[in-house]
Amino acid sequence: MMDDLRVLTGKHFMNGDEACAEGALAAGCTFFGGYPITPSTEIAEHLARRLPEVDSVFIQMEDELGSMAAILGASAAGARSMTATSGPGLSLMMENLGLAVMLEIPCVVVDVQRGSPSTGLPTMPGQSDVMQARWGSHGDYEIVAYSPWSAQEMFDLTILAFNIADRYRTPVLILGDEVVGHMIERVVIPPKEQIDHWGRKRPKEPDNGRYEPFKVEDADLVPPMVHAGEGYRVHFTGLTHDERGYPDMSAKTHHQLVTRLVNKIRNNADQIIRTEGYYLDDAQILVVAYGCTARSAQRAVREARQKGIQVGLLRLISLWPFPEALFQELAEKVDTIIVAEMNLGQMSREIQRVTGRPVRGVFHAGGEMIPPESILEAIREAAA
Amino acid sequence: MRQEIRIAGFGGQGVVLAGYVLGKALALYAGREAVMTQSHGPEARGGASSADLVVSEGPIAYPFVQQPDILVALSQEAYTKFRPSAKPEALILIDQDLVKSQEGDHVYVIPATQLAEDLGRRIVANVVMLGYFTAVTGLVDPGSMIKALETSVKAKTLPLNMSAFHTGLEYQVDLENKVAMGRTS
Repeated sequence: MMDDLRVLTGKHFMNGDEACAEGALAAGCTFFGGYPITPSTEIAEHLARRLPEVDSVFIQMEDELGSMAAILGASAAGARSMTATSGPGLSLMMENLGLAVMLEIPCVVVDVQRGSPSTGLPTMPGQSDVMQARWGSHGDYEIVAYSPWSAQEMFDLTILAFNIADRYRTPVLILGDEVVGHMIERVVIPPKEQIDHWGRKRPKEPDNGRYEPFKVEDADLVPPMVHAGEGYRVHFTGLTHDERGYPDMSAKTHHQLVTRLVNKIRNNADQIIRTEGYYLDDAQILVVAYGCTARSAQRAVREARQKGIQVGLLRLISLWPFPEALFQELAEKVDTIIVAEMNLGQMSREIQRVTGRPVRGVFHAGGEMIPPESILEAIREAAA
Repeated sequence: MRQEIRIAGFGGQGVVLAGYVLGKALALYAGREAVMTQSHGPEARGGASSADLVVSEGPIAYPFVQQPDILVALSQEAYTKFRPSAKPEALILIDQDLVKSQEGDHVYVIPATQLAEDLGRRIVANVVMLGYFTAVTGLVDPGSMIKALETSVKAKTLPLNMSAFHTGLEYQVDLENKVAMGRTS
């Protein structure tokens, strides 16, 4: 009975925020700590109602700092945990997001982006947290972020986010936006047995009865994870730590640790990255877009194709880690690169850096979705 | 074929629920694609609000309504605000007691609020309008609408909602400027 309530197998007509919440439930999330903020509020509302139905915990925290701290604690104790926020809240979560990276605690942070900076446009869309997601916390680190373009993907990518978080012991961000969060569409929830659940790498019984919680034995650089309360000694500190988890403030240990944390994501990037291409085979003009903007880009590219323009679309489903090799390969083939994004050129800068090529931007600071017409115009100009 | 529908009224008239039920009927039971978005006035109640639906046979890329093919107006303010953005030849459904339409519009009229009051609750005027919409447009079959209603309203209000839907569905469609649905393509 409990399982029936956790995975609502069937077809639904729901908004992206609700789909995200249902994705969390289907993924086995048992803890949500959050502070409601538009346009992510429906995620918290939905989980406040749904989590208790499946014997799980919803806590409205005092703020976003506490929210992030709460989900780390829950995850360290073995729960699949999540929070949801928008740009201003994500800023407040940044310190503890860095702690999650340092402690290698899996968790999912959903950011339903709105017009920013500051309070900005609470009820209207934006995509300007892309670089905050990448670099918002202090220190060198790599992060994982996915960018859904539909209510269905809010469901699907939330499940993937939990799996990637567990697999690589890392926080994973979902960078949605107000359009995708509030838009109501058909969402198909598969049967429970078809939902992937990779789980965490767990320690084998150590020969000497001792367990070193940050000791890496595998090529993937991911140490097995033990949970507080399972009988092993566990010590977590944000200080630079050795394989036992104890503070070791030496330059050597610091360099080793931070390098491993970064390489853990970089070396496994191929397993984490998701992209989708449309009409790329013979494309001379490449359009790049993500999130809701990719829907406008798809229509623009389809219409341009009907006019005989050789244009293709690369949709970034993951934003971080950045698919460097793919862009280097595509840059060899195309004449022009157009990037459409609801900010003033965040991902386009990364694309320029990696390809060494100028990029034509279709930018908007946010507040409304970039319409297909603006992207089509840029394609036409490039083709002329 | 992409079709755009806007259902508008003042806050509290249930335009969002009406849009939701119609979208659900199309997307889950009638084999169509449908995306719903909404806009509200800044007020908590009152003010013109709308539920927007894009409907298509195939996947819908751009989710927003740009120029409605069909406009349903339950208040004068909503009609005045949203009529200009609809196609000139748009099919328009109004509550005849609450909305005065401009000359030249292809209008279907029904006293939805009065009929709802006759049923005992003016709050179901939105569902009376949905029944009428189903009869006038032929865009969706009554069976799909009924399934969507059954799964969207509270069980204890279902009998009233079903009466409201049938009242609208069976209301005579022969009014001011009858046009074929094909005009909106």
